[in-house]
Parts: sequence; C-alpha cells; structure tokens
Amino acid sequence: MTAATTPSRAAEGEPSGERSFTIARAGSVVRLSGVFRTKDAAAAWRELHDTVENVGESAVTIDLSGAERIDGGVLALIVAARAELVSKGIAAEITSIPEHLKPLVELYGGLSERPRPPARERARGVIATIGEEAVRAAAGLRRAVAFIGDLALGVRELIRRPRLGHWKEVPTLVHRAGTDAIPIVVTISFLVGFVMGYQSARQLERFGANVYVADLVAIAMTRELGPLMTAIIVAGRSGAAFAAEIATMKVSDEIDALRTMGLPPIVWLVVPRLVALVIVMPLLVLVADVVGVIGGLVVAAVSLDVSPSAYLLEIRRTLEPWDVQQGLIKSVPFAITIVLIACQKGFAAAGGAESVGQRTTSTVVTNLFALVVLDALFTLTFRLMGK
Amino acid sequence: MSTAPAVQHAHEREKQEPILEVRGLTIGWGDVVLQRDLTFHVRRGEVFAILGRSGSGKSTMVRFLVGLETPIAGDVRIAGQDPAVMAAGLPPFGVMFQGGALFGSMTVGENVALPLHEHTDLPPNAAAAIARAKLALVGLEGAFDKLPSELSGGMKKRAAIARALALDPELVFLDEPSAGLDPITAAGIDDLIKTLNRSLGVTCVVVTHELDSIFAIADRCIVLDDQGRGIVAEGDPMSLRQSTDPLVRDFFTRRSRST
Repeated sequence: MTAATTPSRAAEGEPSGERSFTIARAGSVVRLSGVFRTKDAAAAWRELHDTVENVGESAVTIDLSGAERIDGGVLALIVAARAELVSKGIAAEITSIPEHLKPLVELYGGLSERPRPPARERARGVIATIGEEAVRAAAGLRRAVAFIGDLALGVRELIRRPRLGHWKEVPTLVHRAGTDAIPIVVTISFLVGFVMGYQSARQLERFGANVYVADLVAIAMTRELGPLMTAIIVAGRSGAAFAAEIATMKVSDEIDALRTMGLPPIVWLVVPRLVALVIVMPLLVLVADVVGVIGGLVVAAVSLDVSPSAYLLEIRRTLEPWDVQQGLIKSVPFAITIVLIACQKGFAAAGGAESVGQRTTSTVVTNLFALVVLDALFTLTFRLMGK
Repeated sequence: MSTAPAVQHAHEREKQEPILEVRGLTIGWGDVVLQRDLTFHVRRGEVFAILGRSGSGKSTMVRFLVGLETPIAGDVRIAGQDPAVMAAGLPPFGVMFQGGALFGSMTVGENVALPLHEHTDLPPNAAAAIARAKLALVGLEGAFDKLPSELSGGMKKRAAIARALALDPELVFLDEPSAGLDPITAAGIDDLIKTLNRSLGVTCVVVTHELDSIFAIADRCIVLDDQGRGIVAEGDPMSLRQSTDPLVRDFFTRRSRST
C-alpha cells in the first residue's frame, strides 16, 4: 500500500467553509467539478451518495472533467461509490479524467475493470454471537486444562531435576506479593472489622448484648472475611502483576527465548510464583484476622462501651482454633487459584499491548469470580463436615 | 544433563555431516499451511541464509526449526536430534529473536549469564566473567549493567547474539539480525556474524531480506516462495543472481531503496 504518495498541491487561498466543489447529475452523467479536499470529504460523500443512490439508469458515468484537484481521501470515496454502483449491477465508469489526475485515479484503483465493492460489516445475529462465544469458551477451557497438564508434566520434571527451578526468584516474589501487600491488607481488614462492628452495634445494643460484637467480628473475620478479603487483594495486586508480566514476556518472544535455552517456561515462571503465594497467603490472612479483630475492638470501645479487655476476654471464650485454621486452610487453595488463573491467562496472550491489557483484566475478573465461588464451596463443605 | 553425551557424540561425527537437516517440512497450524515440503540441509561452518519476501514465513520457519512449534509434516534434525525433544535439556544451538527477546527484568549481563547459571555449576563471578567476554565479543563491553530498555535497537540485537552464544553452541539461528537498522549499524552486524563464523567456527542460519547482508555474509541460501509452495531456489548468492526464475530474479535485482 503506497497510499501516502498523494500528490498534494499547495492549498489555494480560498476562504475556508466555502464550497469549493459541485456534484451535479444530468441523466446518466454525474459531473464532479471544483476542488475536492479531504476536509470536505464528508460533504462530498453525502452529496455523491444522494446523487447516485436513486439513479434509474443502467449505466452511470462519473465525469471528472471539471475537477481541478482531488485529495486522495475524496478520490477513495469516489472510487468506492463507483464500486457500489457496479455491485448493484449498474455499469459505472470514471471518465474524462484530467491528465494531472490520471495517476492518482489509477493509484486508487478507479480504472480497474472489476472494482471491488467496499467490504461491509457483516451483521451478526444473536444466535451466531452466542455460538461464537460458546466456541471461544470451550477453547478457553481446553487451553486451561492443557495448561494444568503442562504444569503437571513440568512439576514431574522438576521433581526429577530440582535445579531446573528458578528458586532464586522466590524471595523476591515473596517480598513483592507479601511484604509489599501488608499496608493494604492492614488498612482493608481494619476497616472491614470496624464497619462490621459498627453496623452490628445498633442491633446488639437493643438487646443489651454489646459484648457479643467480639464474637461476631472475630468469627466472621477469621472464618470468612479475613481469607476472602486477603485473597481479593492478592488477586488484584499479584494476580494482575503476574498476568501482565507473563503476557508481556509472551508478546515480546521472551517465553520462546526461555524455551530455546532449554528452560521450560512453565516450570521457570509458574512454580516460583506458586511457591511464593502459598507461603505468603496464610501469613497475610493471619495479619488480616488480627487487624480485623482490632477494628472491631475500636468500635466496641468507642461506641458500645465494651472495654478492650472485656472484648478480648469474650473472644478468648468463644473463638476456637478451628475458626482460624479454617481460614488458613482456605488460603492455600486461594493462592493456587490466583497463580494458576493469572499464569494461564498470561501465557494465552498473543499479539501486542492490547492483548496484555485484555489478559490482565480477564485475570482479575476471573479470579474474583473463582475466589468467591471457591469460598462458598468451602463454607458449604465445612458445614457438611459438621464443623 | 541428559543431552550432553549426545552432543559430544555429534561432535565426534564426521565434519561433513550436515548440522541441520530438514526433510519434507510443512509448516503452519491446522488448516493454515505457510510453506510446504521444505527439504534442505546446512553444513557445519557455513553461513546459511533463508530468504523470502515479507510474509513468506521465514521467521515462522525458524520457530519450527528450533522446535518451538510442531510441524504439520516432515522432520528437523539438529546434530542428528529432533529439537522438540531437547526442550528441557541443553540445546546445542542458540537463537537470536527478531526483537532480541532479552528479559526486561534483568540487566544485559544477567541475560547473557542466565544460560550459564542454569546449565552449568559455574560460580556467579565466573559466569559473569564469561558473560562479560561474550558481550565484549559483540562490542558491548559497557552494557553489562544496563537494562535492555536502555539499549538501542542495534545494541539489543548484539546483546541477543551474545546471549545466543553464551553456551558456545555450534549453531546459531539469527532472525533478521540487521532489519530495521541503519545501513552502517547493519553492516556492523554483518561484520560481527562473519567474524563469529570465521573465527569461532559457529554455523549461522540467518533469516533476512536485506540484499546487502546476503552478499556480505551468506555462503549459501534458499529462497522461499511467497505463495507457500516451498523453496524456489537454492545456491550461493552469486549464482542465484543469475537465476531465470522470475521470483528469484525479482528478489535479487530490485535493489533495496536504502542503497
């Protein structure tokens, strides 16, 4: 495509805004004259369209004899209008082309025998769209299963030859996914504990059951909200980071470079991240549990007249080890889910920067969904186990 | 390292045996065939160029040659082995990707030292010393501590060549080593390839469409058809220039605009 070679003359000093061209039809002849600039292309296109739309003739001639100058953009539209006529079965031709415009008209394909009609966006029906989405979803699922298979093979290889692993990266990842996440985990857990205590305060006050705010906050925090909020934070921070990192490496051939060096990318990139998050998540959950309880403690002391010592005593009375253990147990599958989804999405990237963005977004959305579903399943399972 | 004995074994073989053998290779994915029925070989110690117009699948072909993709049909042997099964071991070849594919999170020195760290028991300072020497070889002494993002296009390619040479492979694949560079920098890369080939004896498989490079470095070349029908010509650049095949003649006689 050498469309950039439009011969452009110095702009004539005509006042802008004034019409510099005319399009007139007489019988089967459409006469174009004047100066056609790209900035007037919209007007020219409308007029051209109106002029040729309802021609009853079986042949139309587009006469350019009066044209002084035609910018490439407008010429492309003229050629497209002609092609459209031809596609309707009307023999259309561009004629009387001034000598100086001939090369341009030829360049834009205005002289070709069989002009190609402009491609139209094919309107897609609802059913076709559903079908395409279903096919895409199936392909996505197949890729996810294949990814897990690859990972299993990689882990087997790693067990045979542990030095293949990129263990050096684990401390860095622990730092990035764990230490760096502490401020946000602390802030959010405190607020969750605080808000939960505050909302229940009014109800509890009515029954004079103020001290039970401790039970409420401690149990909800350790069993559900601590692990879930932490997982959501980690999915948003580290999950997104992993996906973006791997997708960028994929897009810039770095993944292939690893493979050509005999370093299996799945083992090299996924396993360290898996190890790092499995270490980090339970620790972050513990932090969230403690801080959430403190959030409740502040509310209890400030607006419920429950002293900190009474609050802590109440927690000691009701909170069982299993409450905390349950949250910690959940945090490990949460960590694995976050890493697997992020890495799989990252490896699925192809193309350019756009794909990296898409994969990252999709990682966060899929992770949030998966985490909430997983959490519900755990709650159900623990309940059925009678605990 | 399970492949090490095999590599040694390959060393003991006759020098005349081709280092890269391609038989009936058809590349593509599923129903999309990019090139069909490619058969050629690369001898030890030569600079072999894969030519073709943009879109003829040259770079893609390299991905099949090094085992990154599974061919539709045919097979590839590098030093007598299928590159696809070498995946987890130490490959006897290095690859320079078109964009360099340097790891953005590591310095240039760490990039070059990475294969050494992963495949040998060298202490870190010894690996770094080798990496420095490799960088000096490609004329990038000063870039050891730089990040890839701080390098120019030509320097990235040089660094990628250094990384491909880290483990002293017998064979390197260079994908468009001089594309997108100014003529002087491109000529510098050509000189580098020639030097590596002449003084280190490294066999080079070079994908290119730069005529100047072809005449400067290639001992032999193949020209790929742009309609996917496979190899249209094979031989040394001078004889291909006299070819009667219209596609080959076109390719060799239309001088690039830069010259």
